[in-house]
Amino acid sequence: MSDQKPLSTGSEWTFEQLSTYDETIGRLAKQFRLDTYPTQIEIISSEQMIDAYASVGMPLMYNHWSFGKHFLDNLKNYQRGHMGLAYEIVINSNPCIAYLMEENTMAMQALVIAHACYGHNSFFKGNYLFQQWTDADAIIDYLLFARNYITRCEEKYGVDKVEELLDACHALMNQGVNRYKHPKPVSAAEEEAMAKEREEYIQRNLNDLWRTIPAKEEPESKKKKRFPEAPEENLLYFIEKNAPLLENWQREIIRIVRKIAQYFYPQRQTQVMNEGWATFWHYTLTQELYKQGFINEGYMLEILHSHTSVVFQPDFDDPRYTGINPYTLGFNIYRDLRRICEAPTPEDREWFPDLAGSDWLDTLHFAMHNFKDESFILQYLSPKVMRDMHLFCIEDDDVNSFLEVSCIHDEPDYRTLKQSLATQYNLGNTEPNIQIYNVDIRGDRSLTLIHTMHEGRPLEEESTQEIIKHLHYLWGFNIRLKSVDERGEEREVYALSG
Amino acid sequence: MRVIIDRRDSAGSSTGKKSTVNRQRFLRRYKQIIKKAVQDSVNQRSITDTDRGDNIHIPKKDLSEPIFHHGQGGKNQRVHPGNKAFHKGDRFSRPPAGQGRGSGQGAASDHGSGVDDFVFQISREEFLDYVFEDLALPNMLRKSLKSTTEYTLRRGGFTSAGSPERINVVRSLRAAYARRIALSAKKRKKLKALQAELDSLQNSNDPEDLKKAAALKLRIRELQQSIKRLPFIDEFDLKYNNLVKIPLPSSKAVMFCIMDVSGSMGQDIKDIAKRFFLLLYLFLQRSYEAVEVVFIRHHSEARECDEEEFFYARETGGTLVSKAMDLASHIIDKRYPVADWNIYIAQASDGDNWETDTEICQKIISEKLLPRVQYFAYVEIAERPQNLWHTYQQIQDEFADYFAQQRIRNYADIYPVFRRLFARRSD
Repeated sequence: MSDQKPLSTGSEWTFEQLSTYDETIGRLAKQFRLDTYPTQIEIISSEQMIDAYASVGMPLMYNHWSFGKHFLDNLKNYQRGHMGLAYEIVINSNPCIAYLMEENTMAMQALVIAHACYGHNSFFKGNYLFQQWTDADAIIDYLLFARNYITRCEEKYGVDKVEELLDACHALMNQGVNRYKHPKPVSAAEEEAMAKEREEYIQRNLNDLWRTIPAKEEPESKKKKRFPEAPEENLLYFIEKNAPLLENWQREIIRIVRKIAQYFYPQRQTQVMNEGWATFWHYTLTQELYKQGFINEGYMLEILHSHTSVVFQPDFDDPRYTGINPYTLGFNIYRDLRRICEAPTPEDREWFPDLAGSDWLDTLHFAMHNFKDESFILQYLSPKVMRDMHLFCIEDDDVNSFLEVSCIHDEPDYRTLKQSLATQYNLGNTEPNIQIYNVDIRGDRSLTLIHTMHEGRPLEEESTQEIIKHLHYLWGFNIRLKSVDERGEEREVYALSG
Repeated sequence: MRVIIDRRDSAGSSTGKKSTVNRQRFLRRYKQIIKKAVQDSVNQRSITDTDRGDNIHIPKKDLSEPIFHHGQGGKNQRVHPGNKAFHKGDRFSRPPAGQGRGSGQGAASDHGSGVDDFVFQISREEFLDYVFEDLALPNMLRKSLKSTTEYTLRRGGFTSAGSPERINVVRSLRAAYARRIALSAKKRKKLKALQAELDSLQNSNDPEDLKKAAALKLRIRELQQSIKRLPFIDEFDLKYNNLVKIPLPSSKAVMFCIMDVSGSMGQDIKDIAKRFFLLLYLFLQRSYEAVEVVFIRHHSEARECDEEEFFYARETGGTLVSKAMDLASHIIDKRYPVADWNIYIAQASDGDNWETDTEICQKIISEKLLPRVQYFAYVEIAERPQNLWHTYQQIQDEFADYFAQQRIRNYADIYPVFRRLFARRSD
């Protein structure tokens, strides 16, 4: 124990103290090689936090009723004490913006600073998905552009028309991302200039695509040519570029929703890793603060109490159970990784020969940089964590009348169990695979989509019908969506004509 | 680099109150549902309760935001924590639909979670907005008051006295400039003359002239300095913005609540009457800057009373409606000059009155009251039209714009009747 005097002891915080803590934690973080964007800490009230929560956590967002709905829902739950508020929100931007609530005690602020400003922040800066897919420098400007653009459209075309369009876009948001090819980052100013150019270009090309007078009789083989030539997974992109009847402002709004969906796509793929990483670092950094005498026992107890509730994992048979807590799973894996490096057991040497006994900081940073949830779990989930969490897998096959425990945390099953859990985090499996397959260019302009079924799983009927309506609104002509099973047989057709 | 920003007060800034617009969008989208819920709720509430916000229920299904997701069926594997006693290969029967299956990714998923309502709070203001939407007070006038206590301050020219914060800089400097020009005019005229004289001597070789010139130069310098010595700004130059008090035409209203408390009025009937008055009072409160209420209860005697007594006192007796009308007329004479007040009368009764007295009522209403009031609303709380109803019918025919009557049979009628009495009229 050092003779360092604690930075503070009371529960109230001041701006000077925040600054001192941030500086101290930042120094420690550097020693652990956490590379971060500069941080901008913003103190907000709880109502503002609910606010920020409702508009997907972004500091600037266009207006939409669904954000209002979430606001009302959160407000009610918060007021009735059903929901503890997140103590922080962090934005993947440069500088990295972190919202802290004024109600937090000083000890909590210290935890939150460690969690958000150094944990999440370093993850945003370091993880390959974020590096490839998001542009932290431009996001705030882009959101500003988006909000202004949409506001202008509301003034010009009316709130109802814009709302109808946004509703349709939101329904297809998850199908509005490119999973494989990633775009090069563009600044907001360029974006705005390009928007204009795009409008003209699209209109010109559309005219070609939809030219109604055939120039001359074409040979039979050419008639068979499909459009699009290859199936398109990015439904919003396809609609933006090819829907016959949309106006240019509508195409631009579709593009905005698509861009925002794309921006969030890495977050959806790295929930366990990201939350786990931030949790691991608030835990490690506050321990370090305590060890070096910057905070006293009282603070540490409060921090540990908070930490414990963050990583609380109810069992499957607990009424509070809603699935695996990503904070817990991620935290457990990182902490176990450190253990494997520092104090490996024979089992670890067998499972992780390259990691056992290696430098733990090297190992953790490598893990954080180069994976997403699915591959991360596949790579690093150890038998020990599976045992500690008592993981087991249930198989539910609708050809059987029963459920079956397909594997448990036990020797012969570790690999299959790990595989199952990893699969659970593969968005490609959990989200239906729907692609645009064909447009009847010469005929009724109808649009055909194919849902390729995975493990015989059908689409949920009611919401699918709703989305077909939205699609129809965007496309303007008949829509057919076919569910096709693994053998290529058509199992279900959703259609809307008229 | 470290930046710490206090955003708590920045209501209009990037983080503050963003949701206000979104909240309005939400309310706007579900307006019809909310309106219906509010109207149902008004009917069910107790008197004291009408005046607050409310929980609104909307079926979840109506506000779902659909996204593509898997339904039941096919083959699913799901990993769970907390195994206690399961072994590989254990089998058990499928739980009823909807349970035992994760809802996919993300905590915010509210799909497939049954038919629960979405419940949220609307504020008192929002609530009342829906309650009184499309209603309007008939014949509302903004009355200009001589005796008014409400003023507004307006800019009215300039004065030469005032407090420092009202100094008008441009005017003051302009005045100073004018003063300097005026005060120095004589001297500058002289200066000009001397300068001309000097110029004519300047080129002379005559020593006498040079001497004269030197004297002139001295004189010129003196004059210039004396002009310069004129104060740049003087107390006298200061001009102040003048503010004048202008009486505001204000919209004031007084409502006369006249309730029959005679023996024939049962507890239920009184309750209905009270609810009706309460609605009316809330409505007036929203439409006028200042509202006063005069409570009159009557049986065979009429008496002005306070709110407490009006709503809760229990004395009772026979019926003479005209006494109340007379009293109202007197109070108007004494306290509510027609030039200053929008006057409303609402009368609630079971309609039971002496035949002869009803005639007197009719006379007072059409001769004394209606010429002076904005609107007279009569509600009769009875199954079938009573004595008063038939007589009042004649008044309504004669003064269609200023008099209306409606019948209330039960609690559920209160709000619809209220809406009918105060429906916005298209001109």
